[in-house]
Amino acid sequence: MEIDPFIFRLSIFILSIFVGYYVVWSVTPSLHTPLMSVTNAISSVIIVGAIIAALSGSDGVVFSSSSIYGFLAIILAAVNIFGGFLVTQRMLAMYKKKKKDK
Amino acid sequence: MSPNLSAILYLVSGVLFILALRGLSSPETSRQGNLFGIIGMVIAISVTFLSVGNFSSGFIYVLIFFAIGGSIGSFIAYRIPMTAMPELVAGFHSLVGLAAVFVAISAFINPTAFNLGTPGNIKLASLIEMAIGAAVGAITFSGSVIAFLKLQGIMSGAPITFKGQHLLNALLLLLIVILTIYLCSTQSSNLFWILIAVSFLIGFLIIIPIGGADMPVVISMLNSYSGWAAAGIGFTLENTALIITGALVGSSGAILSYIMCKGMNRSFFNVILGGFGATDQTSQSQNKEQRPVKSGNADDAAFLMKNASSVIIVPGYGMAVAQAQHALREMVDTLKKNDIKVSYAIHPVAGRMPGHMNVLLAEANVPYDEVFELEEINNDFANADVAFVIGANDVTNPVAKTDPQSPIYGMPVLDVEKCKSVLFVKRSLSPGYAGIDNDLFYKENTLMLFADAKKMTEDITKNL
Repeated sequence: MEIDPFIFRLSIFILSIFVGYYVVWSVTPSLHTPLMSVTNAISSVIIVGAIIAALSGSDGVVFSSSSIYGFLAIILAAVNIFGGFLVTQRMLAMYKKKKKDK
Repeated sequence: MSPNLSAILYLVSGVLFILALRGLSSPETSRQGNLFGIIGMVIAISVTFLSVGNFSSGFIYVLIFFAIGGSIGSFIAYRIPMTAMPELVAGFHSLVGLAAVFVAISAFINPTAFNLGTPGNIKLASLIEMAIGAAVGAITFSGSVIAFLKLQGIMSGAPITFKGQHLLNALLLLLIVILTIYLCSTQSSNLFWILIAVSFLIGFLIIIPIGGADMPVVISMLNSYSGWAAAGIGFTLENTALIITGALVGSSGAILSYIMCKGMNRSFFNVILGGFGATDQTSQSQNKEQRPVKSGNADDAAFLMKNASSVIIVPGYGMAVAQAQHALREMVDTLKKNDIKVSYAIHPVAGRMPGHMNVLLAEANVPYDEVFELEEINNDFANADVAFVIGANDVTNPVAKTDPQSPIYGMPVLDVEKCKSVLFVKRSLSPGYAGIDNDLFYKENTLMLFADAKKMTEDITKNL
C-alpha cells in the first residue's frame, strides 16, 4: 500500500514544531518583541492561499462569491506582511551596542 | 511551473523563515534574519503566481489589492510609536486569523480551485483541516480584537467575569467538535457558518476575563493560535511553506506564553481561566493599616544618586505609559558623566508583551549590553547603591519571597530591597494589578517619589 501524502505533510509539521522549539529557545529575551512581530509577518504567508482563492474565478468573472474572500484575505495578509517586516526592521535598527569611546 | 518545482521552492521559503527566527538569537544577526524572512516571503508569493499561471484580469486585481494592503501596512509600520507595540501586534494577529477564516471560506465555497473535490463533496481530510483552520482563525481574530481593545484602553483592562463562564466556554468548545463531525457527514454550508460564528464567540469569551497585566501571556497565546490557524490552512492547501511556518509560529508563541507564565509563577490554565486579582481583594483589605512611608522629591533623589557609585534601573509598564524612556536615558547620561555605573534590570513580565521594555530602551538609544535579564542581574542589587524603580511594582514586591499567603508568592522578583537605597517613582500608593500592597514602599531604605514618571525623571536630571 502506498503511503498517504498526508503522512509526509504531517511529518514536516511535527519536525517543524521541534525546529521551532529549539530555534525559539535560542532567541535572546531582549528580542522577544521583534520575534513576535516577525512571526506575525511570516505567518501571513497564508497569502498564498488567498492568491489561489482570488484567482479561482472562471474566465471573465473576476469577482465570484469565493474569489471575493480571496481578495479580502489578500488585503489583510498584505497589511501584515509589509507592516510586520517593516516594523521588525525598524525595531531591530534601534538595538545598538555600547560605543567604545564613551 | 511544475508542482514538484513549486513544492521545492515552498520548502526553500520555509527554511528561510526558520533562518529568520534563528537570526534573532543575537541583535547582530537579527537584521540579516529579517532579510531572510523577506526573501522567503517573496519566493512564496512569486511561486504561487507562477503555479496558478492565471495572468488574466484577476491577476491585476490581485496586485491592486496587494498594493492597497501593503501601503496600509507600511504606513502603520512607519507611524506607530514604539510604546504602542503590544496593540500593534495584537491587531496584526487578528488580521492573520481573519485571513485564515476567509481562505477557509473560499476553499469551502469553491473547492475545485484548490483541488479538494467539488462543492458538497469535499474530501473528508480537507474538510476537517478546513474546519480546524477556520475555527482557530476565528478564535484568533475575535480574541485579538478584544486584546487590542483592552490594550488600547477602549475596553477596560479589568477582568470581566460572570457565573458559569468556564462551563459556557467548555460547552461551546464541545459544540465546535460536534459541529465539525456533523459538517463532515452532511457537508452543509449552514453548519460551516455556524462553526465560524461559534468560534468567533469563543475567542471573545476566552479573552474578556483576562486582566490587563496578564496581557503578555494573552498576546503570546494568540501569536501561537495564529500559527496553528496558518498550519491548518497549510494542510488544506497541501502547502509546505504554510505548514512549516504555522508550526514555527505556533511553537514560538507557545514558548513565549510558557516563559511569561513562569515569570509570574502561574500555570497557563490559571491565566486562561482569568479573573486574577478580582477574587482576593476582600482578604487583602483587612490588614491594610496605615504604615509610614518616606516620600521625597527630585532634589533628594538627585542627591542620593550623585553620591552613589552604581545605580540599577528597574523599568516597568508605567514607564511606557508615561513615555519616560527618553527622559530616563538623559538622566542616565548625566549619571554616567559623573562616573556612576548604570545598568538596567528587566523582569520577564515587565510591560504588556514579551520584550516590551527592551524595545523601548532600545528606542531611547540605550545600548543593549547595559540591559540585563532577571537572572543575570539579580545578585548585583546587593552591591548596588541605588535602585531606581520606574513604573514597575509587583515584580519588585519582596512579599513574593516572604509571605506564603500572598497570591504572588513564589513569583520570581527583582531583589530591589537589597540595594542600599531604593527610589520608587509612582503616582500614588495604590497597589499593582495583583491587588496587593508592595512591602517595598514601607522599607527603611525606600524613598517614594510621588509624581509622573517622565516629569520626575526630568526634574532629577535638572537637579543632578
